[in-house]
Amino acid sequence: MKKALSVLLATAMVATCLGGCGQESESGSTDAAGSAAGTENAASAEGTAEAGSVFKIGGIGPTTGGAAIYGTAVMNAAQIAVDEINAAGGMNGYQVEFKAEDDQHDAEKSVNAYNSLKDWGMQILMGTVTTTPCVAVSEKTAEDGMFELTPSASSTDVIVNDNVFQVCFTDPNQGTASAQYIAQNGLASKVAIIYDSSDVYSSGIEATFVEEAANQGLEVVAEEAFTADSKTDFSTQLQKAQSAGAELVFLPIYYTEASIILTQANSMGYEPTFFGVDGMDGILGVENFDTSLAEGVMLLTPFAADAQDEATQAFVTKYQEAYGEVPNQFAADAYDAIYIIKAAIEEAGATPDMSVSDLGTALSEAMTKITVDGLTGDGMTWEATGEASKAPKAVVIKDGAYAAM
Amino acid sequence: MNFLSYLINGISLGSVYAIIALGYTMVYGIAKMLNFAHGDVIMVGCYVTFLSMSRMGWHPLPAVLLSMIVCTVLGVVIEKIAYKPLRRAIPLAVLITAIGVSYFLQNAALLLFGADTKSFTSVVTLPALKLAGGALTISGTTIVTVVVCIVIMVGLSLFIKKTKAGQAMLAVSEDKDAAQLMGVNVNATISLTFAIGSGLAAIAGVLFCSAYPTLTPYTGSMPGIKAFTAAVFGGIGSIPGALIGGILLGVIEILGRAYISSQLSDAIVFAVLIIVLLVKPTGILGKKMQEKV
Amino acid sequence: MAKINIKSIKKQTRDHLLTFAMVIVVYVVVQLLITAGQMSSLMQGLLVPMCTYSIVAIGLNLCVGYLGELSIGHAGFMCVGAFSGAFCTKLLESVITNKILLFAVALLVGTAMAAFFGFLIGIPVLRLRGDYLAIVTLAFGEIIKNIINVLYIAKDVDGFHFAISNGNEIKLSDEGTWLINGAKGITKIPHLSSFTAGVILILISLFVVYNLVNSRSGRAIMAIRDNRIAAESVGINITKFKLMAFTISAAIAGAGGVLYAHNLSTVTATPANFGYNMSIMILVFVVLGGMGNFRGSILAAVLLTLLPEVLRGLSDYRMLIYSIVLIAMMLFNWAPKCIEWRQKLMAGFKKNTEKGAA
Repeated sequence: MKKALSVLLATAMVATCLGGCGQESESGSTDAAGSAAGTENAASAEGTAEAGSVFKIGGIGPTTGGAAIYGTAVMNAAQIAVDEINAAGGMNGYQVEFKAEDDQHDAEKSVNAYNSLKDWGMQILMGTVTTTPCVAVSEKTAEDGMFELTPSASSTDVIVNDNVFQVCFTDPNQGTASAQYIAQNGLASKVAIIYDSSDVYSSGIEATFVEEAANQGLEVVAEEAFTADSKTDFSTQLQKAQSAGAELVFLPIYYTEASIILTQANSMGYEPTFFGVDGMDGILGVENFDTSLAEGVMLLTPFAADAQDEATQAFVTKYQEAYGEVPNQFAADAYDAIYIIKAAIEEAGATPDMSVSDLGTALSEAMTKITVDGLTGDGMTWEATGEASKAPKAVVIKDGAYAAM
Repeated sequence: MNFLSYLINGISLGSVYAIIALGYTMVYGIAKMLNFAHGDVIMVGCYVTFLSMSRMGWHPLPAVLLSMIVCTVLGVVIEKIAYKPLRRAIPLAVLITAIGVSYFLQNAALLLFGADTKSFTSVVTLPALKLAGGALTISGTTIVTVVVCIVIMVGLSLFIKKTKAGQAMLAVSEDKDAAQLMGVNVNATISLTFAIGSGLAAIAGVLFCSAYPTLTPYTGSMPGIKAFTAAVFGGIGSIPGALIGGILLGVIEILGRAYISSQLSDAIVFAVLIIVLLVKPTGILGKKMQEKV
Repeated sequence: MAKINIKSIKKQTRDHLLTFAMVIVVYVVVQLLITAGQMSSLMQGLLVPMCTYSIVAIGLNLCVGYLGELSIGHAGFMCVGAFSGAFCTKLLESVITNKILLFAVALLVGTAMAAFFGFLIGIPVLRLRGDYLAIVTLAFGEIIKNIINVLYIAKDVDGFHFAISNGNEIKLSDEGTWLINGAKGITKIPHLSSFTAGVILILISLFVVYNLVNSRSGRAIMAIRDNRIAAESVGINITKFKLMAFTISAAIAGAGGVLYAHNLSTVTATPANFGYNMSIMILVFVVLGGMGNFRGSILAAVLLTLLPEVLRGLSDYRMLIYSIVLIAMMLFNWAPKCIEWRQKLMAGFKKNTEKGAA
């Protein structure tokens, strides 16, 4: 017993010591602390180079906590892109360092992560992954004039400042596009929605979908919600949709919950058309998931892991080799984000010795001029507002794989 | 007809809560502590079952057995390292340590198994029961969960009433010091309680994941807190109370969602809980607390 | 008798002054470090959160340490404070241009709302005891969070619009703005919190709680904690004093919430910031710092807010190490064996120094 205790205490002491050291170096001069931290945790294989000779790109997203799956995918894919770029000669001839910080999907922790990256010497922010933290962080990047490109935070609140750009679609776009697609292709006239009322992404899409559905003459027969605290049982929502006679169930939610919904609908014997948005992508990659349940599910997604084009194939293979999983749409967004930053840097002719705010201004200007062919869309361009314009692709799941529609 | 099937959904969800609540209530009754890590022990049990079934291709039965063994050992180890040294300290200290253990298990699972969602294959192969010409379906998992829940409840009650170890548990829960004076090995009894509670957690986890088949490192925390609520609802420390509390909680959650508002279902559940506790301050089957001057 | 009393009071006053002095000294040192440019962005960014959690921990310590009632719903009061404060700021932003005044008004509104809810919840809840009271406070916190997530309030030329659970009911004219937009919460909150404001709030909270616990009411509250029946039998109005302590405790938590909301440009009610997880986190600060020890609460809040941030270097292992440290600290602080061992160690240490001196 005593031994166990002393082991624990020793661990505590070591940790406190580590904490103490970290603290000391941080309260030292900012630059010194930055490079010290950099040496300890250099994410790049190249090691730390002199300040001003490399681009330092920071990434923020949840790598622990309930949303860890999204943040982890983003950081993994960004690292792949950075390694590729470094091997091919860097951005505008300069090498790139990438460092990821965890924000646990919380606004306050996200700002902490941002400050921590600033101490490291970050010049460009690729993040944050989730919406609410992104709104808080974009306020800080605006103050510092730092260029920010979020791979996946899709609310329009994210891009109110001029320095912030998105890779993904905005929520209103997805809601509207889904309603239009359903109406124009005559998929259904009676629609039910199951969404997460405690989630910004989900309730954002739901609101615009309902609005556009009315314009398109779709009848929304059931609007059923769940929350982060009660997302295990969906039988009631499904049953209400079924008794309301819905021919199509719209699921503006992430695939973890969607996979339960599909399973429960199957056990109830309810077989409507399920229609999802980009959060649904990844459902086929859930380990041990019976993909036959997802047969016939339609979704609007910018990315399909089994697309046959060369770029996607190469990315998927690399990702699988490195992390043993099929990358989801978050990963693809992040991979594109790094290449978009590269394109913007090269368009602007930016160099790492520019100040953070000069770099920010230059890149923000360059963003409206570039066109990028990425995994999540061909010919992506950006408005000065920060919104990406690309066409959503509708796919249907057939024989356990995506097929174009 | 809709009402009946909502009711069945509620009972199905409630029986899962109930079986988790059993673990909470047992540990509370004997050790007088809220074991916040219980939900995470459940998660560990699910991962063990999942990995042995999907990666090693085991039959469900040995997989569940293995998971029970792992959870039992885990429960006893946690008790020995984190709770036992604090037995004479204030109750709140143990509560906080339990939270620490809960964080530890979640983060260890995150590192070991990754953040990605796993889809759990139901261990129950019983076909669904169709009533009223197919208008009402009761899934096999629901039937098994309710049956298992009742079996465990009866078994536990018998164990406590009929066996020496069970009597020792009862004695420890009544008065630890007096029990010790009467020659009961308090440490062994508490360890046994944790062992049984954690073994039950493994079963609860398997049934939970069979009914709602996704598995992440955070799977256990939310049903854990709901089950804790259920245990209090029924009267914490009471074994039949856990069953009643769990099923009522599930039924209220589903009916509230179906007939009042799906957006406000959490609020409805907790509001009912508050009202019940105001009418019966120690839960539905809770013992009246004796006050000593 | 009288002599002993004076002595003990003096000691207590000294103790309180020490806490105030500690806060002020830290404040001055931090300000000096900032002006000298010796403080990293991370540490600067953490200052306001540390203040926030210290304040809420002080509030909860009043409830847990002095009233003796376990509450795991204080994040709910924080949430009420945060939303009503931020709502008020959004409303008055165009009317009051003075930032300090604007923040003061928001603070008053947020604190008052949290106190009101504390009072409201307190009436029925304080009849319960122990874990039952805890679960009801938890339930309350979850209800608040759930309701805020489906609350829609907007303002346009036609006045205010209000909806629950369906934001699409509100048709805004072009000039309209959302004040609370369901799960999106409140956005574009002006950044009014500062370290100075936080420290002033800590000092005010300390002043309030120290005065309360040293007053007649405070002694009544402690009497209730130590023996309810005995307190009742000497004519102490149990309900009144319990309610008083609980309301003040909620109000302080609400003030912390206002500070929280004005530090970030957005506030949403998620399980991470206003759910039971946060309530429990605050409880951890209180228990680790020592029940009834307000200085300890502040120290624990600061230390545990700092810990995961300084562990960032460990990347993936960060939260794992954090949990181990938490368990170890609890064992070290509370385990009877550890306390014994520590005392032995201290005694041995003393002996050694004495020997050395001789």
